[in-house]
Amino acid sequence: MKNKTLKMLLISILAISMFLVGCNSKTNKQADDSKKPADSSAPAKDTLVYGRGGDSVSLDPITTTEGETFKVTINIFETLLNYGEQDTTIHPGLAEKWKVSDDGLQYTFHLRQGVKFHDGTDFNADAVIYNFNRWMNGNEKQFPYYTMFGGFKKDKGHVIKEIKALDDHTVQFILKRPQAPFLKNLAMSMFGIASPAALKKYGDDFRKNPVGTGPFKFVEWKANDRIVIEKNPDYWDKSLPKLNKIIFRVIPENTARLNALANGEIDVMDGLNNSDEATVLANDKLQIIERPSMNIGYIGLTTTRKPLDNKLVRQAINHAIDKKTIIDAFYGGKALPAKNPMPPSIEGYNDAIEDYPYDLEKAKALLKEAGLEKGFTIDLWAMPVARPYMPEAQKVAEVIQESLSKINIKANIKSVDWATYLDKANKGEFDMFMLGWTGDNGDPDNFIYTLLDKDSIGSNNYAQYSNDKLHDILIEAQTIADQEKRNELYKKAQEIVHEDAPWVPLVHSTPLLAASKDVVNYLPHPTGSECLSKVEFK
Amino acid sequence: MLTYTIRRIFSLIPVLIGMTLIVFAIIHAIPGNPAQVILGQRATKEAVAELTKQLGLDQPWYIQYFDYINALLHGDLGISLRTRGPINEEIWPYLTATIELTLVAIIIAVIIGVNAGIISAWFSKSWFDYAAMVFALIGVSMPIFWLGLMGQWVFSIELGWLPTTGREDVRDPVTAITNIYLIDTLLQGRFDQFKVVLQHLILPSAALATIPMAIIARMTRATMLEVMKSDYIRTARAKGLSMFWVVYKHSLKNAIIPVLTVIGLQTGLLLGGAILTETIFGWPGIGRYLYDAIGYRDYPVIQSGILIIAAIFVLINLVVDLLYVFIDPRIKYTK
Repeated sequence: MKNKTLKMLLISILAISMFLVGCNSKTNKQADDSKKPADSSAPAKDTLVYGRGGDSVSLDPITTTEGETFKVTINIFETLLNYGEQDTTIHPGLAEKWKVSDDGLQYTFHLRQGVKFHDGTDFNADAVIYNFNRWMNGNEKQFPYYTMFGGFKKDKGHVIKEIKALDDHTVQFILKRPQAPFLKNLAMSMFGIASPAALKKYGDDFRKNPVGTGPFKFVEWKANDRIVIEKNPDYWDKSLPKLNKIIFRVIPENTARLNALANGEIDVMDGLNNSDEATVLANDKLQIIERPSMNIGYIGLTTTRKPLDNKLVRQAINHAIDKKTIIDAFYGGKALPAKNPMPPSIEGYNDAIEDYPYDLEKAKALLKEAGLEKGFTIDLWAMPVARPYMPEAQKVAEVIQESLSKINIKANIKSVDWATYLDKANKGEFDMFMLGWTGDNGDPDNFIYTLLDKDSIGSNNYAQYSNDKLHDILIEAQTIADQEKRNELYKKAQEIVHEDAPWVPLVHSTPLLAASKDVVNYLPHPTGSECLSKVEFK
Repeated sequence: MLTYTIRRIFSLIPVLIGMTLIVFAIIHAIPGNPAQVILGQRATKEAVAELTKQLGLDQPWYIQYFDYINALLHGDLGISLRTRGPINEEIWPYLTATIELTLVAIIIAVIIGVNAGIISAWFSKSWFDYAAMVFALIGVSMPIFWLGLMGQWVFSIELGWLPTTGREDVRDPVTAITNIYLIDTLLQGRFDQFKVVLQHLILPSAALATIPMAIIARMTRATMLEVMKSDYIRTARAKGLSMFWVVYKHSLKNAIIPVLTVIGLQTGLLLGGAILTETIFGWPGIGRYLYDAIGYRDYPVIQSGILIIAAIFVLINLVVDLLYVFIDPRIKYTK
């Protein structure tokens, strides 16, 4: 008898645990009414929890080009100039006013007065000079400074000749030669002005103890878990920030992050899958926020490899790819088909260019002209990681494979881990490959020169494309100050690129964010990082 | 016993040296230049070449290896190429986060797995036996990825019982002492936080426990079935001992040795291989630390991480070996 009771007891315990491990649709329905978030102990809403896919690499913005770093540091540090709220036009930052000499060699900045760093020290001309000296006397391993200003102080190509303080609140930059995107460069998050006192105090550990002038102060960083920043009570704009605290949480998986948002554990998330948009729209507690596009996803056609060294073959491939189908299927319609190597939001975009239409007959004719009407076999490399401009590379590759087979090109889809991928692409070891780029400073130079000039072979010109005429135009455009004239040059450059077809420009995608409905004034910036000082809960 | 223990500990040394060599060889055989990865897509050719030189990556492999071993002997795990922080300090929070998750998972796996196995053997060929073994089969083959996301959907979003991700309520964070939050909250007398931490542990540890639970259940059932056929069990039953005591005391003691081995191996596996669980549940553990490191070709972190995991694995096996003696006094380790 005793045995039997025990038996029943054990069986019921196990049955219950099995039941709990599995899932039961009946309880789901019942529970809908009594649903409440697990973290119900949240205090009054002035703390924003921001869920994102990866951790920052460093909190010293000059030490990295990693976007996850800037999402945080843009709130802690300020730059001399700011971008517009949702574009890359230039606005006052730590510099209230500025003047550029006619020859484009002299930039004078009048600094905001009464600004203090979080450690209580004063922001002034000396602090600006201290920061620039730190950066330009560094090396490639320390600071990616050189990518925007032509090298370091010791290098011939370095743009800045001298920086001097005219008085306590006026700084003057003297350039060796005009650099058209100079102001736009200064607005990049990377060039946030740090407290000289804190830099001296922390040394190498400054990357874990950031001190700037921004609306938020650094509180704590638990690697791969969270970064906490709180309101700077002494911020020069007394009306800001609206929030008391921001917690940046790392939740690597996009769907899990959306689950956390739906459960109220986080208030905002980036990196929403396009395919999850419908789920968010169906939830009346959530909203979708669209980030303005400043990227390009493309198929590189390595111009040094046979048969892609033949322009006709590259043009034929351009005719054979149906961008609209790809956008509808994998970007949820949230992307523009690309025809140029830069997005239309960038000045100098050439809208007069007509894209290669999706036309298989034309493609076949071009292949015939190239003597390849019987087709050929080629490798198509698909990115192993998801990026806003290429969320589902493998599937896009399959569509392209299918299209190419219709013009007798047999594409073998291949992939390899990300580090190896970049390395092999860099060395020109791929035939066709998928890649993309998100702009740094909103300047056309940052797309066309960086991605397609012959100078960039070995860094970002993965297609190994070289055209001397293009090179001359791009170099000229770098050194003239008149934006109208520059725009004309970039339009011409885009014509050359279009004709030579080193890529199939694929899409300019719109990255999506999702947030709880009560989050207001969240304005995502095209560069991928935005200051959250105006964000609040309604 | 003592000499045996000491001998076993000394025998770990060649194993660990072999380990460093294997890890070193494998990661250096993978293509991809860490300098390129560190500097990112925006780097110039010169910068990459310069950094390659600075990192000593242009040195022959044996010099790189001996530099590494030399530092290791001085207790220096090196500097992470990615974060530029000392690995000694960096790795600790990740390791403790993983240990906490693994321990809870293995406890769940053992309690449910062993009991399910015992009852299945006890009532073999009953409906419970079949059901449990079908569940075990499903458990072994269930993709953690799917299980984790389903768990979040059901228990967090639909039922609202449990949080989806993380280790704690970030709006009311735990003050870390040992960095094992269950202990830390108790030490600080924060029982409210203890409950929250426990809630955060349930989903990831249950997901992580599925596979070992299933393996343990099947193993327990198999060995129990064998033991329960033996004569001394029949004798015990004949003496009038209740079935419960026969099963849980007499049979289990003899059946548990192979199960213990499996538990040891599974614990070791969980410690190093929880990347998927850690990713889905946003758990800042060592699996993700290593995974990120691999993506960035962060050689020092990969080397140190694998070395530490391997060392723990070997240690667990040592403990299991010693436990045998404890459970079954007939096992003697002599020279």
